[in-house]
Amino acid sequence: MAGIPDQRNYGSRAEGGLATDPDLPPPAVDQATLEAEDRKWTPGKIALWAAIALLGGVAWFMLAVVRGETVNAIWFVFASVCTYLIGYRFYSKVIERYITKPDDRRATPAEYKADGKDYVRTDRNVLFGHHFAAIAGAGPLVGPVIAAQMGYLPGTIWIIVGVVFAGAVQDYLVMFFSMRRGGRSLGQMAREELGVIGGTAALIATLLIMVIIVAILALVVVNALGESPWGVFSVGMTIPIALFMGVYLRYLRPGKVMEVSIIGFVLLMAAIIGGGMVAHTEWGAAVFHLDKVTIAWGLIIYGFIAAILPVWLLLAPRDYLSTFMKIGVIVMLALAIVVVRPEITVPAFSEFAGRENGPVFSGALFPFLFVTIACGALSGFHALISSGTTPKLVEKERQTRYIGYGGMLMESFVAIMALVAAISIDRGLYFAMNAPAALTGGTVETAAAWVNSLGLSGVNITPGLLSETAANVGEQSIVSRTGGAPTLAVGLAHIMHQFVGGTAMMAFWYHFAIMFEALFILTAVDAGTRVARFMLQDSVGNFVPKFKEASWRPGAWLCTAVMVAAWGAVLLMGVTDPLGGINTLFPLFGIANQLLAAIALAVCLAIVAKRGTFKYLWIVALPLAFAAVVTITASYQKIFSPVPAVGYFANNAAFSKALADGKTEFGTAKTVAAMEAVVRNTAIQGWLSVIFVVLSIIVIATAVLATVKAFRDRASGAATTDNEDPAVPSRVFAPAGLVPTAAERALGAEWDKVPADARLERGGH
Amino acid sequence: MSAGITAVTNGFRGFARYLGGVMGADAYAKYLEHHKASGHQEPPLGEREFWRDRTDRQDRNPQGRCC
Repeated sequence: MAGIPDQRNYGSRAEGGLATDPDLPPPAVDQATLEAEDRKWTPGKIALWAAIALLGGVAWFMLAVVRGETVNAIWFVFASVCTYLIGYRFYSKVIERYITKPDDRRATPAEYKADGKDYVRTDRNVLFGHHFAAIAGAGPLVGPVIAAQMGYLPGTIWIIVGVVFAGAVQDYLVMFFSMRRGGRSLGQMAREELGVIGGTAALIATLLIMVIIVAILALVVVNALGESPWGVFSVGMTIPIALFMGVYLRYLRPGKVMEVSIIGFVLLMAAIIGGGMVAHTEWGAAVFHLDKVTIAWGLIIYGFIAAILPVWLLLAPRDYLSTFMKIGVIVMLALAIVVVRPEITVPAFSEFAGRENGPVFSGALFPFLFVTIACGALSGFHALISSGTTPKLVEKERQTRYIGYGGMLMESFVAIMALVAAISIDRGLYFAMNAPAALTGGTVETAAAWVNSLGLSGVNITPGLLSETAANVGEQSIVSRTGGAPTLAVGLAHIMHQFVGGTAMMAFWYHFAIMFEALFILTAVDAGTRVARFMLQDSVGNFVPKFKEASWRPGAWLCTAVMVAAWGAVLLMGVTDPLGGINTLFPLFGIANQLLAAIALAVCLAIVAKRGTFKYLWIVALPLAFAAVVTITASYQKIFSPVPAVGYFANNAAFSKALADGKTEFGTAKTVAAMEAVVRNTAIQGWLSVIFVVLSIIVIATAVLATVKAFRDRASGAATTDNEDPAVPSRVFAPAGLVPTAAERALGAEWDKVPADARLERGGH
Repeated sequence: MSAGITAVTNGFRGFARYLGGVMGADAYAKYLEHHKASGHQEPPLGEREFWRDRTDRQDRNPQGRCC
């Protein structure tokens, strides 16, 4: 690729002004050496990549073209991993070469702002794990399960192709640009790059999106715990366990994080096993058998208290526990799928792929499949983590490709595994679990009759199978357990019991899965409430300065109460919705998440344009355009579609008319109160969609304007402003990727010879 | 035989150290290292004070967790 003009500009920004210390070895591998290494194709290397491409191709062929009775789960693993490897090795390098252009001679914020606390140079592999643990949560575990309604292929393609061209690109770019700006947050970057209007719209949109995301994650937990004494007990026990860990770390043995995490993990396992015993006693079943509305109120009260308690008492210890579980669970899931290799009987495209009235989520494949699977393919929420936290810890600029792009590929793989686990269960069981009670009728007999009446090929479910599965996983019923989490838990139990423990262990594995999902979500709810409160305090502080003081208790409590009330209201709406909360609200979750992605990509677009990289602007414009088209189409249909199952206002009008006509039941709403609830809910959901899409269009429009202005400025030779921190020469070296290259090893050896005290300049602070 | 055991122990230690790094268990050690390297005159925070300060700073500056 020599001779492309952009290549000669490589790193030119930093040249001239950036003099590295001549007494030290160079802090970066020489640019020419890097390129030579990249371009040198030994026969072994060629054979390796040919094999990866071939294996990936065969796997895709097995998934997409061969139409047998079943397909083996191992092909999902090969198709995804081979595609990720190719995307990482080739596409992310294109982004690095033409867009980000990292320069290891520049110090990262972790070096030039080092304070030993927030800004700390962190080993790249440790930071990879740290970043991954921060971005991965319940989202990639839930979305793919719900999207499996359409068959396995649409979801698989979107998760794998989407991450390579959209999700990982967003995470990488946001992380890199935030790192060049001293670790600034997405909101601050939006304000700087897009001006006051775009910045304010981005801020309000982020705040609202956060409320929706927290509410719907909470809804997933409520649906998983409703009428489940075992689940309520074991998840409830995480609170005293976390409190104990908090006190232990604060007063008994400060800093013994691993020790307390292992103690917490053992207690957690005891809580799961104990939950089974408690649920089987009469008093246990009576005390912990709670309906969904009670659990929702419990969660709202918990959310408020958790968000005003000091971090050390509840949030920090639960965070340790959740990180510990996250890594363990993912390794376990991957091992189980590779060892058990379940046969998948779900068709590539199901009967619902061509319809828009599916029972699990409503709407046509385009655009709704692409919003239902947000996390795992393209998640805007990641932009909040990739800016701010991780960039303050990166050791060298070139590592951002490995941590940002690579970390997101890893999350995508989690989504693929969740999809495999969910589709490994019987299809009839899947629909009986994921359709709202209004359709299944709530009992095993009505659910089986309803599923069989759908006319799905190869589906013939008996009430016996439904009650047997419920008994195996230690639940009273699994009919209409919507929200994705219970289905994933049944799938995981189904795979794991073949691996360890047999049928007797299924109930344990089921509740283990419910436990970790609940743990991730409770942490996200708590942290999300805190961040949203902080943003609200900051915004209100512009008018009433007292609110900006984080230590002013009444202000913090008031803002927390406002945020909890906001997501609590949406949660209650979803729990009591006669139409089935997940069915109507989950698209809103996906739309919100991807609108945030569109906002993040819009900010990146403006930055890339201001850097003068017009030839390769499409790398950012492509995912931005796709996210914008998907979310705006989805919002448009949610607002204007005349089909009541899809359009909020069409549904609203239908129910309003039924009420005006004096009907006492309509569709799935069997009472007047239920009909009034539908009218109220659809109006709120409809207006939320309107606000989201308007705010996002403002942000995207200001970004496009900023891009056009950058282009004009460039053409007329006017100076463009650059919001990057000034370049500081680096005094450290570390390899960029997982495995150091030969040149990196050689340079690393030179650095090892430098005495430790000569490496860093002694700061006078 | 004993070489095998040593290898396994080392592997396990390495994994534990990695996991500890991911969870931030080595934050105090890294703080001390930074303190030493940057040549501060005043003594560093004690272990207990450091961890207190760390969570208290998170109180003032909340970090999101992802879905």
